[in-house]
Amino acid sequence: MPKSSAEGGVLEAAPLKFEIEDRPYEGLKKDDYLKLLYYMKLTRAAEGRIVKLYRQGKVVGGVYLGTGMEATAAGSAYALDFNKGDVLFPLIRDLGAHFAFGQTPTVYFAQYLNRIGSPTKGKDGNIHLSDPSKRIVGMISHLAAMIPPAVGWALALKMKGSQGVVMNYIGNGGAQVGDFHEGLNFAAVQKVPFVLIIENNQYAYSTPNRLQYACERLSDRAIGYGIPGYCIDGTNVLEVYETCCRAVERARAGEGPTLIEAVSMRMRGHSEHDDHKYVPKELLEKWAKQDPIERYQAYLFGKDLLNEGSLKQLDDRINAEIEAAVESAEASPEPEPRTAAEGVYANE
Amino acid sequence: MAVVTYIQAITDALHEELKRDPSVFLLGEDIGQYGGAFRVTQGFLEEFGPQRILDTPLSESAIIGVAAGAAMAGFRPVAEMQFMDFITVGFNQIVNVCAKMHYRSGLKVPMVIRGPSGGYVHGGPFHSQNPEGWFIRTPGLKVVAPSTPYDAKGLLKAAIRDDNPVLYFEHKFLYRRIKEEVPDEDYIVPIGKGEIKRPGKDVTVITYAAMVHMAIEVAEEFAKEGVEIEVVDLRSLLPYDKELILDSVKRCNRVLLLHEDTITGGPAGEWAAYISEHAFEYLDAPLKRVAALDAPIPYAPPLEEYFLPNKEKIQKALRELLDY
Repeated sequence: MPKSSAEGGVLEAAPLKFEIEDRPYEGLKKDDYLKLLYYMKLTRAAEGRIVKLYRQGKVVGGVYLGTGMEATAAGSAYALDFNKGDVLFPLIRDLGAHFAFGQTPTVYFAQYLNRIGSPTKGKDGNIHLSDPSKRIVGMISHLAAMIPPAVGWALALKMKGSQGVVMNYIGNGGAQVGDFHEGLNFAAVQKVPFVLIIENNQYAYSTPNRLQYACERLSDRAIGYGIPGYCIDGTNVLEVYETCCRAVERARAGEGPTLIEAVSMRMRGHSEHDDHKYVPKELLEKWAKQDPIERYQAYLFGKDLLNEGSLKQLDDRINAEIEAAVESAEASPEPEPRTAAEGVYANE
Repeated sequence: MAVVTYIQAITDALHEELKRDPSVFLLGEDIGQYGGAFRVTQGFLEEFGPQRILDTPLSESAIIGVAAGAAMAGFRPVAEMQFMDFITVGFNQIVNVCAKMHYRSGLKVPMVIRGPSGGYVHGGPFHSQNPEGWFIRTPGLKVVAPSTPYDAKGLLKAAIRDDNPVLYFEHKFLYRRIKEEVPDEDYIVPIGKGEIKRPGKDVTVITYAAMVHMAIEVAEEFAKEGVEIEVVDLRSLLPYDKELILDSVKRCNRVLLLHEDTITGGPAGEWAAYISEHAFEYLDAPLKRVAALDAPIPYAPPLEEYFLPNKEKIQKALRELLDY
């Protein structure tokens, strides 16, 4: 089990594990093991497809990928339960969280292709995808700015006496913004049902961590807020899932927020226009060896939860789903120009 | 009908809305146990409990951001800025999260940010500002600034019931200096509607908040000479009452634009442009502005008096308009 700084544990550097620990994960059925794989693979496939559309000139803005971080995104949001009132405030590389929390590939493609089939109806782009019907609140570009509103939603859940939990994400860069402190401190003081995941993927655009912060572990900050903090392997979907389940459970029990630092590597540039040359090749090679999807597939093979046949079936199903989603998104019209000035105010 | 001060009208509006609607709650620094730096919420904690009267950490960005999140989740939070000067700490939350949320996601953000603003109290550069000018050019926000107890109560109720983020600028100079009769029964003052506070026919003064009273005082002096100055209190700055402005300008034909915010880029520039576009032929003289100087608001009384609009500056501008 990862150590909690609030419990006084000594934190180790994130281990580079090549094996996923072979032990039973609480509450996981065979179906869950396969769903985790499905959401990670769906994410990578959808992002691969969006890159193709981008190169065909069909995406007007930037493209931001979560390659190498699928386990953090999918594994965390899979710990949520929409029916209990949970809410997702995802970040730029969390497509896997959107999917694991109920978003469809069709909406994702409609959003990227600026079609009215997306709930933002072309008013906001790419991964700034909000969907009120699915209780997903998309980020603004100012990092950490969504932490206080996410905490506010969690406060609302507490005031309503709901069982719901808010899960929110921030990066190793965004964790250096003032709202990180103001929001997390507020959450801790009010003991709201809130889980904040720092997706530490080593770089903030081109800036490496040694120029972002001077502490050893960002999760160490938890002790400064009087809350538990965990540093985990963000490429191990089971470790992510299990840690998030504990944090969610703690939040549901009224015990307040948890800070989780999930360590991984951003395997692509900041966006697809960024050639990523500032990252040493050896570093990428090292992290490539613990690709979250390949590792997890190997684990499932070893556990007899997956074989060549069922893997192929899964891949075929995902590809078919994605092609249908692209087709459906492309059939959705672009917004009418006059709608540019509509919806500025509610009820007007 | 009870006679209440401007600050009491604010307290009453909050109190009545808290009682009327369980989704209303208040959050801010020192608002609970202490009752607020200006005692707007005195006794509220005892009556409504810590769940609805939240004493917060000293974190304006979190206060505003948390209010926004709770609003998205269906509450109607009212966030207090201890002084409206501090609203800048939450600037990003206001202009990028609150103002754009409905447009880009369809989520409503029914919330109010309120607090004391304005000068004439020797508060210096960080306790006397009029920060409304920074927000009136942000689509998605509503901005109001009442001048009387009646309007203070009715506009605050309207702001709380509105489904959009509303910035409610109180004027601390008026808090305990003015009182009037306010109806006992529930009412609102609609956002976006101004009011003629003193009818006239010779010059229109377009203004809001504390300047309304200064304009009326000057108008009464002019009345002794048989000159009738009309004082238009906009009450709302975003949206503002364009119809009322045009109506008054077309009748009076001379216009003074008056505000306490600094002059360059202040609200008067927008009003002037609107009048020029829509009522140029009705003007018998070029528009005039009286506003604070382009400087931070200073502390020492002689400096503050020089910096802010005063009766002499208003009189001089009116004379020039009448003599043109």
